[in-house]
Amino acid sequence: MIIIFYLFSFLLLAFALGTVLSKNLVHSALLMIGSFFAVAGLYILLQAEFLAMVQILVYVGAIAVLVVFGVMLTRKGSVKDSNLPNRYKKVGALSAVIFFALLVRSIINTSFPAPSSPVVGANTIIQIAQTLLTQYAVAFEALGVLLLVAIIGAIIIGKETK
Amino acid sequence: MIGLTHYLIVAAALFCIGAYGVVVKKNAIAVMMGLEFMLNAININLVAFNHFLHPNLVLGQVFAMFIVGIAAAEVALGLAIILSLYRQRHSIAVDEMDILKW
Repeated sequence: MIIIFYLFSFLLLAFALGTVLSKNLVHSALLMIGSFFAVAGLYILLQAEFLAMVQILVYVGAIAVLVVFGVMLTRKGSVKDSNLPNRYKKVGALSAVIFFALLVRSIINTSFPAPSSPVVGANTIIQIAQTLLTQYAVAFEALGVLLLVAIIGAIIIGKETK
Repeated sequence: MIGLTHYLIVAAALFCIGAYGVVVKKNAIAVMMGLEFMLNAININLVAFNHFLHPNLVLGQVFAMFIVGIAAAEVALGLAIILSLYRQRHSIAVDEMDILKW
């Protein structure tokens, strides 16, 4: 359990660092897919199996493919230098590290309450379905409408205007 | 024993890596990759809180699923905007996007 957690965390952070540090946009996109798989692994460790499958289907299957598609459509010049940092590289790195240190400090200094009730180990998919389709049914439908609007908007924005 | 703190620190590291990518990248697609990392970090947080504080509820997972859906919509629209920008200006470098500058 512990080894698997550290393995997935290491893979996730290594892939994510590789994504933001790589100078090649295609390498970045492929490393990003790897890090999404590592996130799915962490979800499985957290007993969120359904969310892990959603993560692989939506992020790896849809978002990553869409990003690679965008890379292919907008590539110009050499791929080797397609993902360069701008002139704020050092300031950005410094502020990210400082922000991380602050977050770690506050996380370590916080005492979280004990679990509200023991783990029942029930089938979470049934619970998720009941929650989504009763308590949050309106939000669920609104999300569907939002996706439809996003698709139509993407087609209208992306189509060739002559 | 792996507790809530471990997951929160991993998520914080992922969030900072994503924020770094958003701030320092020239390529608009790389900026969107950074945004995806930040959203994923939030999702890890939600699921970890769900698992360690309220294991009998699934509200954290349901909320994470909403975020995944919204991320999909955001990527579709963002890439369409990037594509349209590329058609007009033949570049997707975010520091060259200065049409609205006075």
